[in-house]
Amino acid sequence: MALLEVKNLEVYYGVICALKGISFEVNEGEIVSLIGANGAGKTTMMQSVVGLIPKRSGSVIYDGKDITKMSCHKIVQLGMTQVPEGRRIFQELTVMENLMMGAYTVRDQQRYKEDLQSVFERFPRLAERRNQIAGTLSGGEQQMLAMSRALMIRPKLLMLDEPSMGLAPILVDQIFEIIKELHASGTTILLVEQNASKALEIADRAYVLETGSITLSGTGKELASSDEVRKAYLGGSNHTPPA
Amino acid sequence: MEEILSTLINGLSLGGIYAMIALGYTMVYGIAKMLNFAHGDIIMVGGYLIYVFMATKNPLIAILLAVVGCVILGVTIEKIAYKPLRGASPLAVLITAIGVSYMLQSLAQIIFGSATQMVTVYEFGAVKLMGATVQISSLVTLGVTVAVMLALTLFVKFTRLGRAMIAVSEDRDAAQLMGINVNGIITITFAIGSALAALAGLFYLLKAPAVSGTMGAMPGIKAFTAAVIGGIGSIPGAMLGGILLGMVECISYKITAIAPYTDAIEFSILILILLVRPTGFLGKKRREKV
Repeated sequence: MALLEVKNLEVYYGVICALKGISFEVNEGEIVSLIGANGAGKTTMMQSVVGLIPKRSGSVIYDGKDITKMSCHKIVQLGMTQVPEGRRIFQELTVMENLMMGAYTVRDQQRYKEDLQSVFERFPRLAERRNQIAGTLSGGEQQMLAMSRALMIRPKLLMLDEPSMGLAPILVDQIFEIIKELHASGTTILLVEQNASKALEIADRAYVLETGSITLSGTGKELASSDEVRKAYLGGSNHTPPA
Repeated sequence: MEEILSTLINGLSLGGIYAMIALGYTMVYGIAKMLNFAHGDIIMVGGYLIYVFMATKNPLIAILLAVVGCVILGVTIEKIAYKPLRGASPLAVLITAIGVSYMLQSLAQIIFGSATQMVTVYEFGAVKLMGATVQISSLVTLGVTVAVMLALTLFVKFTRLGRAMIAVSEDRDAAQLMGINVNGIITITFAIGSALAALAGLFYLLKAPAVSGTMGAMPGIKAFTAAVIGGIGSIPGAMLGGILLGMVECISYKITAIAPYTDAIEFSILILILLVRPTGFLGKKRREKV
């Protein structure tokens, strides 16, 4: 069953059409990747699905509920959240306070403590720096904080917008390991990435977004070996697709 | 010596009032990203509400009802006038706020007439303090404003709601992704700002027992100046700016003894500080998002 179903989603910025009626779905337990060049509309898609920017037309169904017109904070309370592009942690708050904000809708103190514990086990760096102002963390640490903050609501569907952006290759590997772990522990994941080879490697299914339209779709492997994708996103035809 | 002490106390208590009003400006600016130019007129509404409810002969009940009335008014203004403009150009919001300001002033004049009304909330009298004569009302004002500022600081730092306010002021979209209801936070901000303005109205009545339709205009502009000097958007900044401006006003009045000079001095200081530190004392350099 589709956990998230987006149908004919259209988004305009003024008179400019940013999304020209895109449709895709994310099934429960999948990792779905959406790849595309800069300006293809990836972030627009993410923000409109979660209710941060208005939709012109189309529908979004999450977990059987129509969330097309729902406001963002209500959508999040249904168990779907997003790690936004550029991380967007609260720079003036401490690491702890950021995590507290992540758990804003969690009233159960016991659950909050458990989740905090598991975040600190997964990311010992964050535990060390729990009282540090978040703006002083390194880029990698900020990305980890942003992901941990989103995990505090125990999302059923986690949307990640460019989690590898601006990070050193070793950190990129680490982030993708974490995504795999989260997926293994039962979180459904929608991943938007410019790093197409990585994104296709871990994806069950994937879509290619080009100037506001979905032009290709298939399993991660299919897309990774398709000529078009290899030429446009994987750095030419010499690239060996992941086995 | 006596004069220095009484000027100091007067300056601090006036500064406390400015700080209370400036907090309303700065919190609304930080969280709703707008300049609420009708904020000063809430002081006036607070004054008139106290004037009306003094019919109960009980100052505490009158004050309480005035605070409640101003909170309802502030929240209603936000819902009717500002909320529909969320996402509109800042200029449209600014002009709307100025419109609301004139509307409140004109309504007050229609209802209560343009003449100044006298209202005595409570006679505190004066005490001798180390040889200086000090109005007890100044000490009460100082005490209450310090207590309120302390409470507000603790609220913002240590409560879930307070931290959510910081989160919204820093990044509205990210806050929504935490499940924070931004509209709810904005409503609470307007409620707090209006309650503080109502108290400021009370303190003005303790200083000079008169209400008029324009009584909020000058304190509003002064407090806005204070908020800008402290760094608009910053809560400690508003407190610092308010106290500073109050002190400057009392000291310069002591020296020149002519009220218009003190205004000129205060606004000159604003210009000087903005020349040296455009973001105010505690303001952050923030990239304005387009």
